[in-house]
Amino acid sequence: MKSSQAPMSIQELKVMAATIRCDIIEMITTANAGHPGGSLSAADIVTALYFRVMQIDPKNPAWPDRDRFILSKGHACPVWYAALAERGFFDKSHLATLRKLNSILQGHPDMRKTPGIDMTTGSLGHGLSVGVGMALSGKLRKKLYDVWVVIGDGETQEGSIWEAAMAASKWKLDNLTAIVDRNRLQNDACVVDVMPIEPLADKWIAFGWKVVEIDGHNMEEVVQSLEASRADKGAPTMIIAHTVKGKGVSYMENVVEWHGKAPCKEEAECALEEIRRCACEI
Amino acid sequence: MKSNLPPPYRYLRPETVSLLRSKELFTRAVQQPTRGAYAEAVLELGEKNPLVVVLDADVSKSVGTNKFAARFPERAFNFGIAEQNMMAAAAGMATTGLVPYVTTYAVFASMRALDQVRNSIHYPRLNVKIAASHSGITPGPDGVTHQGQEDLSIMRAIAYSTVIAPADPATTKLAVWAAAEWAGPVYLSFTRDPVPVLFDADYPFEIGKAVTLREGKDAAIIAIRDLVAQALVAAEALAARGLDVRVIDCHTLKPLDVDTILAVAGETGAIVTAENNIRFGGLGSAVAELLAEHHPIPMRIIGVGNTFTESGPYLDLIEKYGLSANHIVKAVEEVVARKSSARRQK
Repeated sequence: MKSSQAPMSIQELKVMAATIRCDIIEMITTANAGHPGGSLSAADIVTALYFRVMQIDPKNPAWPDRDRFILSKGHACPVWYAALAERGFFDKSHLATLRKLNSILQGHPDMRKTPGIDMTTGSLGHGLSVGVGMALSGKLRKKLYDVWVVIGDGETQEGSIWEAAMAASKWKLDNLTAIVDRNRLQNDACVVDVMPIEPLADKWIAFGWKVVEIDGHNMEEVVQSLEASRADKGAPTMIIAHTVKGKGVSYMENVVEWHGKAPCKEEAECALEEIRRCACEI
Repeated sequence: MKSNLPPPYRYLRPETVSLLRSKELFTRAVQQPTRGAYAEAVLELGEKNPLVVVLDADVSKSVGTNKFAARFPERAFNFGIAEQNMMAAAAGMATTGLVPYVTTYAVFASMRALDQVRNSIHYPRLNVKIAASHSGITPGPDGVTHQGQEDLSIMRAIAYSTVIAPADPATTKLAVWAAAEWAGPVYLSFTRDPVPVLFDADYPFEIGKAVTLREGKDAAIIAIRDLVAQALVAAEALAARGLDVRVIDCHTLKPLDVDTILAVAGETGAIVTAENNIRFGGLGSAVAELLAEHHPIPMRIIGVGNTFTESGPYLDLIEKYGLSANHIVKAVEEVVARKSSARRQK
């Protein structure tokens, strides 16, 4: 890692993930809008990337040789903003401005407004293709950076995801890793009821990807799979991270309604209390 | 370069003027589709700039970018029949400093992949050049599904867009090279069917600067892409009827050359716009918006009406659907008559 901060231990990552979960709740509560469920389900993955795995420099967000991260499920951007702020890309005071007028933190990620955002996202199905372009450029110019893309499980219903899957396989983009946040819920209902996506692993294998399945909340497994993917050569890697939507806040967990709803003040207090209590037990 | 063209013409090849005078422009001029000129231009660009890459979606043989792929195989990426992925991948490449020329047909660039074009290219203002062949009803025989008759309107509606539609093969090359120097997204609109080579080497191509090809004071025809040739033919026919009509090549639809168009409005008092594009939201709309607010004068819009067209030879389609020189002539006579009657009433 290029920055002064040493890669975190598993223990430290778990604590940081709890901090980021608290940031997410506070941001969305203050904004009174946003997407808590999918932000919380991706929190461990994003924490592992930003505090252990990725080659980045918070003081030089445009460093040409940095690893790239794309949150293709852009609505979960509170998790990205929290990680960037905690990592030092910008001051934490900005987090309270989420979705407000003149804020650097838009409702969906805007690379021109927020330091550290490598790609503007929000319209589902774009991010993996963008990652393909970044990875192709890395290969062409013999750069050593890796490209990391988090997609939603509902997002795999977008046809363009599979166009990108084909392309990454054609060009053997082993510098590209996709992580699907398999939290099993989407905006309207359960993924399986809206439009089933299984057998998901078999589909990615059939498209020529290396596929691993992990518990997306087990920090050891998250870190191990990401680091293995960086080392792996010859094909792109898909990490199917089995997660719980709303993870860490029991009343939000596995509840469809918390896809895109802000908690009220009392609910937020209760959520923060639970996350902090669990963090003490780490 | 000093031109020795007979007045009132400028920047045309002497042969073009002779053929206009003998009414043989569409039968005897050297013709080439502008898509082919694009392919030649991007190949030359590839020689000069190692950051230029070309992205294709299985139409590289049709457009001619297979020549770039043969010369620079490591910088050519064929994405197959998957325009959405290609467009967003181009955005990703641009974030790393590459200069992607994304090559496909207008219907796919402006509609199939529009979400990617808007959200992943224009919103972050990434340096992607979108090269669209088969614009307007220039793929005559292919029929409606392949006729990009809305691309100018759609692309103009997107914030931060730059939209260029060169009139002939010579200015197509200039447009492609100018786009490479332009920071940010550029949409380049090309023809599938051949158009006459019109211009000489002294043509002053600059993005956002409309070019006066023929002087005239009674009215002006402001034309874009393949209808510039029709406008020149129309002006010659009108001259025979005693009308002295200016012809403007408005190759850049956006940013519109407001200064030139307002000057033209003031000096001629009557304008006809001509585009091989749906009437809604294209060149005619852009000029009408400007004139309505700043200088209302008699105006007519030549463009495809509220219809899809059909298969057929390009020039026959232009005639049937109201875009040809004959239709432009009638429209000019109408605005000149309205101008005269308005002056009489004063």
